[in-house]
Amino acid sequence: MSLDKIIVTLASILGIAFTYWFFLGKKEKEIQVSDSVDIVVEGGYTPEVISIPKNKTTKINFIRKDSNSCLEEVILGDFKIKKYLPMDQKVTIELTPKKTGEFTYSCAMNMYHGKIIVK
Amino acid sequence: MNQTKKTFSIKGMHCASCVMILERSLKKVEGVSGATVNLATEKATVTYDPAIVTDAKLSSAVSNVGYQALVNEEIKTEDEEQKEKQKELKSLRFKVIVSLILGGLVLWGGFPGLMKTAPMILQNFWVQLILATPVQFWAGFGFYRATLSALKHRTANMDTLVAIGTTVAYIYSAVVTILPELVTKIGIEPMPYFDTAAVIIGLILLGRYFEAKAKAGTSEAIKKLIGLQAKTARVLRDGKEIDLPINEVIIGDIIRVRPGEKIPVDGIIESGESSIDESMITGESMPVDKVKGDVVVGATMNKTGTFTFKTTKVGGETMLAQIIKLVQEAQGSKAPIQRLADLVSSYFVPVVLMLAFVTFAVWYNWGPAPSLLFALLNTVAVLIIACPCAMGLATPTAIMVGTGKGAEHGILIKDAESLETAHKINTIIFDKTGTLTKGTPEVTDIIPIESIGKDELLKLAGSIEKGSEHSLAEAIVKAAEEKQFVLSKVEKFQAIPGHGVEGIVDGKRVVFGNKRLMDKENISIGTAGDKISEMENSGKTVMMIGIENKLVGLIAVADIIKESAKEGLLALQKLGIEVAMITGDNQRTANAIGHILGINRILAEVLPDQKEAEVRKIQAEGKVVAMVGDGINDAPALAAADVGIAMGSGTDVAIEAADITLINKDLRSVAAAVVLSKKTMRTIRLNLVWAFGYNVILIPVAMGALYPLFGLLLNPIFASVAMATSSVSVVANSLLLKRKKII
Repeated sequence: MSLDKIIVTLASILGIAFTYWFFLGKKEKEIQVSDSVDIVVEGGYTPEVISIPKNKTTKINFIRKDSNSCLEEVILGDFKIKKYLPMDQKVTIELTPKKTGEFTYSCAMNMYHGKIIVK
Repeated sequence: MNQTKKTFSIKGMHCASCVMILERSLKKVEGVSGATVNLATEKATVTYDPAIVTDAKLSSAVSNVGYQALVNEEIKTEDEEQKEKQKELKSLRFKVIVSLILGGLVLWGGFPGLMKTAPMILQNFWVQLILATPVQFWAGFGFYRATLSALKHRTANMDTLVAIGTTVAYIYSAVVTILPELVTKIGIEPMPYFDTAAVIIGLILLGRYFEAKAKAGTSEAIKKLIGLQAKTARVLRDGKEIDLPINEVIIGDIIRVRPGEKIPVDGIIESGESSIDESMITGESMPVDKVKGDVVVGATMNKTGTFTFKTTKVGGETMLAQIIKLVQEAQGSKAPIQRLADLVSSYFVPVVLMLAFVTFAVWYNWGPAPSLLFALLNTVAVLIIACPCAMGLATPTAIMVGTGKGAEHGILIKDAESLETAHKINTIIFDKTGTLTKGTPEVTDIIPIESIGKDELLKLAGSIEKGSEHSLAEAIVKAAEEKQFVLSKVEKFQAIPGHGVEGIVDGKRVVFGNKRLMDKENISIGTAGDKISEMENSGKTVMMIGIENKLVGLIAVADIIKESAKEGLLALQKLGIEVAMITGDNQRTANAIGHILGINRILAEVLPDQKEAEVRKIQAEGKVVAMVGDGINDAPALAAADVGIAMGSGTDVAIEAADITLINKDLRSVAAAVVLSKKTMRTIRLNLVWAFGYNVILIPVAMGALYPLFGLLLNPIFASVAMATSSVSVVANSLLLKRKKII
């Protein structure tokens, strides 16, 4: 095998390993929320993982900064909520979860995800 | 001075004095020039100078006096949302047109076979570079921005794939144009691929444009429902008729409705009568006649008469508002079938990126010469053809169209899960009274035995039953009153529980009741026995009337079966669903009704609190059970069933207890709901098979799986056509549901 081929093979293996580590190996940082939280919608949801208390109303404010049409709606399927997010405007969703657990939410195309942990 | 106006909700208001307190407090804020607070809508509208007044100041002015202001609440109307979407769509269309024109020119000058027909200037690599650059970085800017912001979150998406794929093609082409000797050195003819990059961007944007347009169609049902709302109401206040915006109408207002006008809110008719078209709410096309005391529903259309009604529900409490809320909730809910798509899509893009690395390495190492070129083009094809969007859109778009279609037919589905479960139903239990029957007994037969006329018999029965509180007595008194008989006075009236009644009418002793009463009184039934058995066998309750110890006549009362029952049950049986009936009636009456309706499985003599246990018993047989009831008395049974279906009364939507609510009371809607569920699930399955199959088959093709056998490779431009078509076709397939017949 010539040198260039060895380099290409090694680079590809490194590329695969990097892709795996970068996208699939990330650790989720959980933010504890008591009353309200602002979630910035830009290439995903920041903060991505929040934990909220059970049986208490928590306000989640989505602020969309990304014009990507994928992100124009947020769907909290487990809470039966689908909201249109206008650009640069605060959209408040009030949640009063009745059971504990992990609930993911996503954009309308299910490409971007966030998680709400009810404790 | 710059002035701005803001409307926001206020929580905690309960009386008119709250209005004064709030207005005063808000007006005291420096920079506020006006404040009006509406108690009915619980909203404040404030005019102020934005340079001085902040949201926090308004909010504290409200909280200082003990209320809560929702200053940042979303107050965008559907119209504004629509306008914004239109604006985005317009800008997208402009980008599509520009990039397709520029991309087309580059393709003409650069694509083998086509380039010979192109003017020399287009064949120039530098001209192609100039034409392709704005497409790559202006039209394609969105892909880069989305990629970068996603990378910040360590996520990747569709845009990442497009951005990487087209950038690879663009950079290679730019190198070939600027430094051709670099590729010549490694034995490759310097040929740019600007056409690939530019046309891919143009086509993918075109796909997004169509997809956005089609997606707008999936939420049409909600738009239609919102559009039903009347804008104003003609309210009678202080003896005057005034036109008020709908949100200023309060409970207790008297509203006048003239022929051809829309009824603005829910209420009860005070005076006048009319025929009302309720089809927009119930799906029932026949107009309904309404008189004083009847309930009218907002958004329905008054046809012939003029009437006034007293408002009972406004704002979010009206039936229309509740329907809209329910449909919106259902459309935002998640079907269990979607979980697989969720799981796959969370790994999808990173896996495609890894496959792209594999493709490049394999083609570079083992591909034919020029291997670098093959490796590059096939990698680009892999990145471009992968379409995670189709997987994401497969379920939600079908759910949106399905629930919307249901609402149009008066079938309200609580959530996606209920819609999904409904297609598996194989047994449906119907509650008898009020569901299969009208629920209000009526006199069906009047049979005189001695020399007495029918009218006289009914009058006598009506007179003696007047004092009784039994539900059957009500039917008899009503029938007598309908004939406008003057009922006689009854002396020494006595009700004998489980038997009937007795008393003195016009000086004669009259007894009225069942066979047991006759036995007790030693009254012989004689030849009437056969007639009694015959009527009882057909589900009627027969009562006998005796004067001075002699049987003079029979009156039969029955709960009338709904007109739609037979057809509705037949439709279910045709779907292969077993139908059962549950009732508190005795076995004989229940069997009789079951026989008329063709129901074989009869659960008779079941007390209301045992219904739930009966549902569970059938579930234990391994059946998927739906329970159809009125949603009020049988809530536990509805909740216990796999799918609880409530026949709404048309005014009081028993939303909470039921998975599916049929607002039109038409029993054919039960089968329609099952058919809707089956069709929606078929659409979802087809969408998922298509979306998964597309990726599973075409990604390996793009990697070059067919090359060793057939020498076939996928041109990246065709990959982009396939990609763009795939998500559009999923949405289009969901929209096809709209045309399917369910009833």
